[in-house]
Amino acid sequence: MGCAHSGDTHRSRRHGHSSIYIQDNIMAKNISFTIRYWKQNGPKDAGHFDERHMTDIPDDTSFLEMLDILNEQLIEEGNEPFVFDHDCREGICGMCSLYINGTPHGKTESGATTCQLYMRRFKDGDVITVEPWRSAAFPVIKDCMVDRTAFDAIQAAGGYVTVRTGAPQDANAILIPKPDADEAMDCATCIGCGACVAACKNGSAMLFVSSKVSQFALLPQGKLEAAKRAKAMVAKMDELGFGNCTNTRACEAVCPKNESIANIARLNREYLKAKMAD
Amino acid sequence: MATLDSKIPAGPISEKWTNYKAHQKLVNPKNKRKLDVIVVGTGLAGASAAASLGEMGFKVKNFCIQDSPRRAHSIAAQGGINAAKNYQNDGDSVYRLFYDTVKGGDYRAREANVYRLAEVSNSIIDQCVAQGVPFAREYGGTLANRSFGGAQVSRTFYAKGQTGQQLLLGAYSALMCQVHAGQVELYTRYEMLDVVIIDGRARGIIARNLINGNIERFAAHAVVLGTGGYGNTYFLSTNAMGCNCSAAIAAYRKGAYFANPAYVQIHPTCIPVHGDKQSKLTLMSESLRNDGRIWVPKKLEDAKRLQAGEIQGRDIPEEDRDYYLERRYPAFGNLVPRDVASRAAKERCDKGYGVNNTGLAVFLDFSQAIDIYGKKEIEARYGNLFDMYEEITDESPYETPMMIYPAIHYTMGGLWVDYELSTNIPGLFAIGEANFSDHGANRLGASALMQGLADGYFVLPYTIQNYLSDQITVPRFSTDLPEFVAAENAVKARIERLLNIKGKRSVDSIHKELGRVMWDFVGMGRTAEGLKEGIQRIQQIRKDFYEQLFVPHIEGVNVELEKALRLEDFILMGELMAHDALNRNESCGGHFREEYQTEEGEAKRDDENYFYVGCWEYQGDDNTAPAFYKEPLEYEAIKVQTRNYKS
Repeated sequence: MGCAHSGDTHRSRRHGHSSIYIQDNIMAKNISFTIRYWKQNGPKDAGHFDERHMTDIPDDTSFLEMLDILNEQLIEEGNEPFVFDHDCREGICGMCSLYINGTPHGKTESGATTCQLYMRRFKDGDVITVEPWRSAAFPVIKDCMVDRTAFDAIQAAGGYVTVRTGAPQDANAILIPKPDADEAMDCATCIGCGACVAACKNGSAMLFVSSKVSQFALLPQGKLEAAKRAKAMVAKMDELGFGNCTNTRACEAVCPKNESIANIARLNREYLKAKMAD
Repeated sequence: MATLDSKIPAGPISEKWTNYKAHQKLVNPKNKRKLDVIVVGTGLAGASAAASLGEMGFKVKNFCIQDSPRRAHSIAAQGGINAAKNYQNDGDSVYRLFYDTVKGGDYRAREANVYRLAEVSNSIIDQCVAQGVPFAREYGGTLANRSFGGAQVSRTFYAKGQTGQQLLLGAYSALMCQVHAGQVELYTRYEMLDVVIIDGRARGIIARNLINGNIERFAAHAVVLGTGGYGNTYFLSTNAMGCNCSAAIAAYRKGAYFANPAYVQIHPTCIPVHGDKQSKLTLMSESLRNDGRIWVPKKLEDAKRLQAGEIQGRDIPEEDRDYYLERRYPAFGNLVPRDVASRAAKERCDKGYGVNNTGLAVFLDFSQAIDIYGKKEIEARYGNLFDMYEEITDESPYETPMMIYPAIHYTMGGLWVDYELSTNIPGLFAIGEANFSDHGANRLGASALMQGLADGYFVLPYTIQNYLSDQITVPRFSTDLPEFVAAENAVKARIERLLNIKGKRSVDSIHKELGRVMWDFVGMGRTAEGLKEGIQRIQQIRKDFYEQLFVPHIEGVNVELEKALRLEDFILMGELMAHDALNRNESCGGHFREEYQTEEGEAKRDDENYFYVGCWEYQGDDNTAPAFYKEPLEYEAIKVQTRNYKS
C-alpha cells in the first residue's frame, strides 16, 4: 500500500473520513535476517528446510506478519506459500504452533504465543529457524501445520462436568471461596496449543491434562466426577501415544499461559485417589 | 418474494416467550433420534446449540474451519457477559436489561426478541456456573460483577479478561461430552461453501475438506448457521484472521434475506494501527473504561508536540487535559456506549487532537486509578490486558497512558430471522452474530456473549422443534439427489474459475484494497456521495479480482484458495453494506451518516421514515443491486425516544 494510493487518502480526507491506513512506518527500526522454515508435504514426507533472506522488516511487525510478508513474496514469485496454523493473533485461540529457534512460540519474557512475538526480539543478521511441533501424537499435516485432534479426544474422554442444558440452581447457590475460584481460573486459562507437548522430550501431555483436571478438582461442581475424569483422561492420553512425565519442567517453562506443574502433582493425587478407590 | 413474517407471539411482552413455549410443537424422544441437524460453527452460539440439541436426542453434525471447536473466535471476547441477576441490589431487572439493550441499539432492534434475550440471561449464568466456568467471585464466595458501557448498573459477570474463553470452553466441554456420547459428530477443518435447498427447504450443505481439498455433501433435516459476523470485510478488524461471512453469503445467494448490513460496530478501545504490514487490530477490553479515563490535550499545540514525539502524555498538566467523554456525557462519562465513544474519538482526532505519530489515537489513562486503588489492585483487575498491550507496543500502561483508537469489532446486521431464529428459507436457522435481531444499530458491551449463548442454549433448542415436529415422517436424505449433485458441481466450477484466473496478485493484496475502501467510504462517518463512490470502487475491485488474482494449484491444503473464496464473498458483502448505508438516510447507532447529525454532533434518527429492518435479497454477483424489502418495527413496551447519555 505504498504511495500509489495517496490519491485515495486525499479523496477520503475531502469527504471528512480519516483513514487508519498508514502510508509508511515512521517509528519502527528495520532489520534484516535469514529465515529457515520447515517444508513438509504431508505426514509421510521426509521434509526439509527452505531458506530466505528477509530485508528491511520493521521491528514492530509481529512474527506472523513477518511470515505474511514471506508468503506474499513467495506468491508473487508464483510459488506455494509456507503453511502454518494461526487465527486470532491475540494469544488466546491456541491455533499458532511454531517452534522458533528451538523454543515453542519463541522466546519472550513473560510467556506469549507466537502471534504475540514481535520482531523487536530479533537482531539484524540473525538466522531464525522455524519448525513444527514435533511429537508422535501431533502428526504433520503440511509444513508447520500439525494435527492436534488428540487433545479434543482427551477432552471428550472426561474434560467436563456432566450437566444438561436446562435450569440448574441459582448461580449463587454454589458458594466458592475466592482463592479457590481464582486458582481454578488460573488452571482454566490453558489454551490447548500443545507447546507443553512440543517442549517435552517424552512428548507428554501432562500439563495440558492436569490443568483441565485441576480446574474441576478445585471446584465443587467438579467433585462428583473427579475420580472418573482423572482416570478417563489419563487413559486416553496414554492410548493416543503421548509420553510419560519425568518432571523436567520443560512444559512449564514454555507455557504461554504460565500453567504450573503443581497441576501435575494435583493430577497425580487425583489419579492415585481414584485408583485406590477401585 | 417470501413473506417477512416475524412470527412474534401475541400477548404482553413479558408473557410472549412463556406463551410461545407453552404452545409450540415438540418432538418426542423416539422421533428425535430420526432427525439430523447440521450446525455450522463452534463458537458460543454454534457449540452451545450443538451440545444442547445432541443432549436432547437429535443427531448433530457440527462443522468448523479450525482444527478444534475450541478455537472459534468467541474465545477472544475479553470483558464479560450481561445478566439481569441484580446480585448487586442496584436496581437491575429483566425489564431494565431489556430497556438498556433496546436503547443501546438506538431503537432499531426487534423488541420481542430483546425481551426474550433479557429473560433468559439469568439462566445462562446458572448454566455456566453449573458447568464449572470459573467466574470472578467476592470473598464471601458469591459472584462478582463489573460495569459496562450503556448501563448504570453492575450486571456484567466476568472471568478476568478472558470471559469469552471461559464461556466457550464451557460450551466446548458440553459439546465434547456429546461427542463422547455419540450424539454429535465433529467435522473440524471443514468449510461450508453452499447450502442445499430441496423443494424450498434447507436440506444440507456442501463443504470443503480443508486438509485433502475434497468437496463433500452432507444431508440433514435442518441447517443451523452459527458462523459469526462480517467484520473482516474491512481486512483490518479485531476478528480472527479466519473469520468470514461465506456461510451467511452462501445462504444469501440461495435466497435468504440479509438484514441491516450497514450496522457495524466500531469499538472505541483498540490498539492503534502501527504499520502497513499489519494483519489485525487488537482490542483492549471495554472493562478498562471502568477505571481508565479517556482524554486528549485541550491545546492544539500540545497535540502537535505529542504527534512529533517531543513530549509524552504525562508531561501535560491536569488542567490542560480534555476528558471529552466526561465533558460531553456527564451521566455516563467514560462508560457511554461504544458507538458514542468511537465517534467522539474520531471527532477529536479529525480536529487535530490525536496523540500519536499518526494523529489517530487518544489516551486511556490509569494514573488516577492507580493513585486511588494502588498498582496491585489495578494489576489484579487488568494485568493480562496491560501485559498484552506492552507486548505489542513496548510501552507499559502502568507508567504511561495507553493509546487507543476505534476499530471494526462486531456486526449487528446479519441474516434476517424471525422470532424462531429461522431465516426466510424453511429449515435454515441463524444464531449468534450471524443473525441480526437483538442489537439493533449498536450492541452494548458484554451482550454478544449473552446473545450467542441465549440462542444456542435456550432459544433455538425450543424453536427448532416447532419446525422439526412436522419432519418426523421425512426419512433421512440421500446425498445422491440431483440438488446435491448440482450444488457440488457449482462449488467445483467456482473453484475452477478462481484457479484459472492466473493473474499476479495475492488474495491479501486485493483484500487490503477492499478494506481500505470500506473504511474510507463505509466506515465510521458515511455520506451519500462517499457511499456511491464506494460502490463504484468495490465493483472495480471485483473486476480486478477476476482478472488479476493468483491462486496456486495445490492438491490438499490450499490456504490461498480458502482465502480467495472468502474474499469473493467479502466483496459481495461490502457492496451490500454500502447499499444499505446509502438507503438509510439517517444516523443511528453504528451507522453514522454525516448529513444527519445534531448541532452537537450526535446521531440524528428519522423514526418517521426509517423505523424498520432493511432486508436485502440477492439478485446476482455482477454489480446487480439487490432487491429491498422492509420489516416495519413495532414497539409496544418501550417509548421510542432520542438516546440521551448526558443526564
